[in-house]
Amino acid sequence: MFFTLRATFQTFTRSASAAALLAAGALAPHAALAAGSVSFIQAVEPAGLDPTEGSPVAAGQVTWQNVFEGLVTIDRDGVLQPQLATGWDISEDGLSYTFALRPGVSFHNGAAFDSAVAKFSLERILAEDSTNGQKALYSVIDSVEAPDPATLVLHLSHPASDLLYWLGFPAAVMVEPGSAESNGRTPVGTGPFKLDEWRQGDRVIMSAFDGYWGGAPALDTLTARFIADPQAQVAALRSGQVDGIAEFGAPELFEQFTSDKGFTTHVGTGEMEVVAGMNNAKPPFDDVRVRRALMMAVDRALLVEAVKSGFGTPIGSHFSPASPFYEDLTDAFPYDPEAAKALLAEAGYADGFEFTFKVPTRTYAQRSAEVLQAYFAQIDVTAKIESSDFPAAWIQDVFKDTNYDMTIIGHAEPLDINIYARHPYYFNYENPEFDATIAEIAEAATPEARAEGYRAAQELLAQDVPALFLYSEPKLGIWKSGLTGVWENGPVPANDMTDAHWVE
Amino acid sequence: MPALKKLSRQIGGLVITLWIASLVIFLLIEAAPGDAASIMLGTNAAPDTVAALRSELGLDRPLLWRYAGWLGGVLSGDLGTSYTYGVPVAGLIADRLAVTVPLTLIATLLSILISLPLGVWAANRPNGPVDTLASLFSQVGIAVPNFWIGLLLILGVALGLGWLTPGGFPGWQAGIGAAFEALILPSIALAVPQSAVLTRVTRAAVIEVTNEDFVRTARAKGLSRGRALWRHTVPNALLPVVTMLGLQIPFLISGAVLVENVFTLPGIGTLAYQALSQRDLIVVQNVVLMFTLIVMVVNLIVDALYTVLDPRLRGRV
Repeated sequence: MFFTLRATFQTFTRSASAAALLAAGALAPHAALAAGSVSFIQAVEPAGLDPTEGSPVAAGQVTWQNVFEGLVTIDRDGVLQPQLATGWDISEDGLSYTFALRPGVSFHNGAAFDSAVAKFSLERILAEDSTNGQKALYSVIDSVEAPDPATLVLHLSHPASDLLYWLGFPAAVMVEPGSAESNGRTPVGTGPFKLDEWRQGDRVIMSAFDGYWGGAPALDTLTARFIADPQAQVAALRSGQVDGIAEFGAPELFEQFTSDKGFTTHVGTGEMEVVAGMNNAKPPFDDVRVRRALMMAVDRALLVEAVKSGFGTPIGSHFSPASPFYEDLTDAFPYDPEAAKALLAEAGYADGFEFTFKVPTRTYAQRSAEVLQAYFAQIDVTAKIESSDFPAAWIQDVFKDTNYDMTIIGHAEPLDINIYARHPYYFNYENPEFDATIAEIAEAATPEARAEGYRAAQELLAQDVPALFLYSEPKLGIWKSGLTGVWENGPVPANDMTDAHWVE
Repeated sequence: MPALKKLSRQIGGLVITLWIASLVIFLLIEAAPGDAASIMLGTNAAPDTVAALRSELGLDRPLLWRYAGWLGGVLSGDLGTSYTYGVPVAGLIADRLAVTVPLTLIATLLSILISLPLGVWAANRPNGPVDTLASLFSQVGIAVPNFWIGLLLILGVALGLGWLTPGGFPGWQAGIGAAFEALILPSIALAVPQSAVLTRVTRAAVIEVTNEDFVRTARAKGLSRGRALWRHTVPNALLPVVTMLGLQIPFLISGAVLVENVFTLPGIGTLAYQALSQRDLIVVQNVVLMFTLIVMVVNLIVDALYTVLDPRLRGRV
């Protein structure tokens, strides 16, 4: 894997170079077509607006790409693109990454972006007292060097084929020393929008940053409105208070918008896989036959129908169709209650068994659990449903203390199949072959080898069933007619509005 | 002076009750499972990151130390810093009170304006058409939860008729008119169940007093029905109504949590709910303590109102 640094725009893939040309100004990507404003609904209000602190999801859904940018980024198709770095060169041993940084970039407060700032940003993630929830993704970085203002060099402790991808993730956006500490309240980034005001409990108002390196965005103002309740979301959309929502959580209320001329609806794929995790260390779930039998007891297509009004895709392993590495493995253990009963009998549970199903207080989880309970009953397995307050109680009881038999949760991070190789992790899943596969992916020298590794990892999980793979969450978008340029799919949890604009 | 003595005794009782409440609140909230740092960092966080954040927030200090720190802070006027928002709790609460206090005041005023005339009128002609209407209203009002009334109002008045906004709060900086407009529907939703109860109590109290000897005497002395009602019956019937109004305050506050959620108002109820689910315990502690204080102060005021309304109670200790 070798890329020349001198050819500034030669990058990872062909599409990436095209985007680099775009970004370099051959075609302004944020060309101002028409002025205007957009306000969108964000269900969860983040605790802080800095995606490099705490959990990045909710913060990133407001500020990633809009306010903050990274060295690289991930586009709407899940493809890596250059951003504040115009190109990079990876040494043959995969241990050093040399980035060429974009000149003439400045932060909203006027501070200039250069290699010292980039070095500061990355070292801040890695610091001893770092409170970046995703720190582990970058721990492979041993040291950061800034030989000149336009060049940044990363030295790795071992090869990590996913690192570039993670550098495009919200948790690794560039921040500058003068404002880093206060970014949670008053974020200062290099993005096309700057923060005007955060009215806590209500909204975040952003406006176009006229010093943006890519030219002014099409919109003058951008507002994130925090509305948690789906009924209230519908009311806000219908009354015209807001212009859209990227991830509408109540599929049963979605249908009314599909026939409405005032709105356009978009059914995209998200990155969230809903899985019923089992405590693989605890009998009877330590027996792979029991796990397979439970998987065969469930008709996933009907589950999706019942829980998500048919929106969503049944999955057979831990990747969603949004992932570039996705493989359809739902055939591994298809719905077959007779075979499931036979397999249970073989495992010594001819009369079934009883277990506690700890279900987080989330609508999709509660509904899915009830459907699963009925399917399990068909093979004489009794699930006793116990509600677990989410996030507080669930994270403590199930996730940290692994004090559970079976649970159900959506995993939203992309490329997170490696969680099954994490020890400890709440599945308590131990498979040296799987761990080795994950290690091979990290060391993969070519994109093909990396893809091959992810394929093998998915297949191993499909066979071992450490969790019941149920469905991938759809991304249901509702937008006021005339608004275009919004992401339909969700390769990264985000509301990237940098290309959004109004057309007649 | 007996009145002053009574007041100082009441304030002393209030302080002791508040202190006990603070202890109970703190221990109850601490006993709930979940840790703010783990929730903030998400499921991907490494244990050392969680530890770093815990120490930054001061969550690694012993229980008693944290309690003492909180109580000491409250006494000196510093409510601490929110774990999740990272801003002073006092400011956070003040911002939210600017929504919830007007909301509950309007709701209370509305419920008095509805229930007093309705209750008195119903009692004046028992089993008449107004009485039937009032009893229907109070039965339905008590049975139907306020958030559901809120949803109906959104569907009917906001989306159907398009008269008012279905939720959200433009902020006081957007102008008093716009802010009040946003509070109209939530206030109605909050006021309906409350006025249902008040109507019943008013009606019952007025009927009871109407049958008293002194009312009959007044009528016998030639006072008209209406004058006897307003001069003698209603003032004497107000006591149980005021008592009920005071008792309703906790329901009003808990109702505000739901109604604010339905109307997406950034009030104290939304804050409490968010803080609790995020285990932002320092915020929850302060909000609950403040609720306790409000309920107790309201009781004191109701107590004081008794003596205003009933001269016979003056001078008694």
